[in-house]
Amino acid sequence: MTPNPSPIVVENPWEKLRAFTDARIGLGRAGVSLPTSKLLEFQLAHAQAQDAVHFPLEVDRLANQLQEAFALEEAPLRLHSQAEDRAMYLQRPDLGRRLNDGSKERLQASAASQSRAALAVVMVDGLSALAVQQNSLPFLKALYQQFEQDAAEWPLAPLTIVEQGRVAIGDEIGALFNADAVLVMIGERPGLSSPDSLGLYMTWAPKPGLKDDRRNCISNVRPAGLQMAEAARRLFLLLKEARQEKLSGVKLKDRSEDNVLEGDAAATDLTQNFLVAD
Amino acid sequence: MAQTFHSTVGSRHYRFKSLAELMAKATPARSGDRLAGVIAESAEERVVAQMVLAELPLTIFLNEALIPYEQDEITRLIIDDHDAEAFASIRHLTVGDFRNWLLSDQATSEALTAVRSGITPEMAAAVSKLMRNQDLILVGKKCRVTTAFRNTIGLPGRLSTRLQPNHPTDDVTGIAASILDGLLYGSGDAVIGINPATDNVAQSVKLMRLMDDVIQKYQIPTQSCVLTHVTNTLEAIEQGAPVDLVFQSIGGTEATNRSFGFDLSTLAEAEAAAQSLNRGTVGRNVMYFETGQGSSLSADAHHGLDQQTCEARAYAVARKFSPLLVNTVVGFIGPEYLFDGKEITRAGLEDHFCGKLLGVPMGCDVCYTNHAEADQNDMDNLLTLLGVAGCNFVMGIPGSDDIMLNYQTTSFHDALYARRVLGLKAAPEFERWLAEMQIFKDVQTHRLNDQLPAAFANSLSYLPKEPRHDA
Repeated sequence: MTPNPSPIVVENPWEKLRAFTDARIGLGRAGVSLPTSKLLEFQLAHAQAQDAVHFPLEVDRLANQLQEAFALEEAPLRLHSQAEDRAMYLQRPDLGRRLNDGSKERLQASAASQSRAALAVVMVDGLSALAVQQNSLPFLKALYQQFEQDAAEWPLAPLTIVEQGRVAIGDEIGALFNADAVLVMIGERPGLSSPDSLGLYMTWAPKPGLKDDRRNCISNVRPAGLQMAEAARRLFLLLKEARQEKLSGVKLKDRSEDNVLEGDAAATDLTQNFLVAD
Repeated sequence: MAQTFHSTVGSRHYRFKSLAELMAKATPARSGDRLAGVIAESAEERVVAQMVLAELPLTIFLNEALIPYEQDEITRLIIDDHDAEAFASIRHLTVGDFRNWLLSDQATSEALTAVRSGITPEMAAAVSKLMRNQDLILVGKKCRVTTAFRNTIGLPGRLSTRLQPNHPTDDVTGIAASILDGLLYGSGDAVIGINPATDNVAQSVKLMRLMDDVIQKYQIPTQSCVLTHVTNTLEAIEQGAPVDLVFQSIGGTEATNRSFGFDLSTLAEAEAAAQSLNRGTVGRNVMYFETGQGSSLSADAHHGLDQQTCEARAYAVARKFSPLLVNTVVGFIGPEYLFDGKEITRAGLEDHFCGKLLGVPMGCDVCYTNHAEADQNDMDNLLTLLGVAGCNFVMGIPGSDDIMLNYQTTSFHDALYARRVLGLKAAPEFERWLAEMQIFKDVQTHRLNDQLPAAFANSLSYLPKEPRHDA
């Protein structure tokens, strides 16, 4: 007779911590391995994320929404990189960083009639069109509020939407618009729990050939991640600092959260959690 | 005055116009080299390049720099730090004979340690291109690199894990929940390391304090790290933050590292600053580096080299600063550099081998992204192969799903699988702690406790009533 054999699947009593995070904690175990139900949940999520990579951006719909919401006289400019389709996009990032000839001509024609802009806003499908489709409009609304509340003027270049694009394509667009800075809003690589994550990349004095140390990034902008209002607040602080210092990237530290630190006591409180509660 | 190389097979004549081109064409196929336009144009050309490479003397790499000495501080580091005395016993070898020697009974663990500082990254890369996966595993296992801070990592028969409790908004309760989950699955002896969602100094300091509090309260023999830019960590040290390890992503060319916003002098400053804090108890290795094939090409800073040679050069940067941990994040960069499970597996084994041969404490983030042609089965295979090869550490994350970085890496469960099937253990200091805390019922047989250990049951009673989301 075996006294008190272990159950086949051992549950984890800390599973209730799932209320505080989307991380796959407290999964339990069969021996040291995943229980069947948790294994299959994972496989489904992976299948959905793989599908999200191939979901195309509905450019017309996004353009119409933006035109309506901001009462634009002209619809946002529709642009396309030199990567013709998703398969080429995935294997040739160099082509995703450059505009195709037709896009370049349209952009030059549009830029000719513009005066100098403080910022060019560029929406790019990246690796998750879903992120751009769903989060662009709410984020821009929040950002425009920041501009309106500021004493300084923030003239914007016409909005642009790019298909099959990478972050650096914004350099070319910003330069053609002669903008002080460019903001690229791009779909980040989809995660299992977050197929809709938007990344924000701000670059001062954009021109083709810049490297990543010249950019500042705010990541994971989505309803269940970094909220639109907070993302807009942080981005606006970065923009103001970039304008003052006339630079961006690693030389421009993100100070957006420094105000929460008012000495050691405050900092300790911020780290308070159940693991170190007593 | 670059040398050219020739070979004829049957009626076909092959010409390689430089050592760099020969190295690139001898490299097993991968998408990043195709993207860079340096890949062999046929399967035959690849093997011919390997045959030509096998005939070259190792000394050619001391005489012919792949990136000019004047242009690149990594080349200067490699040449200036080369140890001619350590090299003496192998300096007569060709690349092909070097492979034979590495596999031979002469090349014991002690012999490999003795020649280490005489081997350059280019020699390691060259010989790896001639080796099959089993060769990379066999020699990798013979190379021993042990480091220490609050525990000892890289001892034979040990496999450590980085507990990676990332959270998309850096929520402290969410992070604490993942730390608890990891500790209760025996993870975290390499480091408890967080990639911050918000990359600034204030946020990093907050996360450093969080982890330091946990490590102190439970007296865990491990170290913490916030994976923020080296200049942020330097600023955190100035502010008096509890910094155990300094993190930085590094590449194998000066231009790559400039694109990351640092140079060698920055790393020297950081190492000195972290050592001045004297926070280690059993060792003084204070740096944590991450690398990965394709980063130089991605930064347009590869000088026409293949991505695996660039990667090996990054290990010259690493070994200069005596790191506790070096982690090749092999599948993170995406399918334009490593297309599928087969390419990721090969790269992981190459990186582990080259790193260990050069004396770097190599671990591997066995991982893939959702736009790569790879899945959990590919990761199971690579994890098992690296466990056999004696890899120092792998990642540990809840359920393989990094909810902040949006990729899949090895889980707490996966590490226990590898430890169980291969008979591997955690770092000795951490293993004792796991037994004392009653996290394991029996550490020797890898049997976890079915009950919640008392110290942690108590902590769960302090849970906030309502979920909060304080980024």
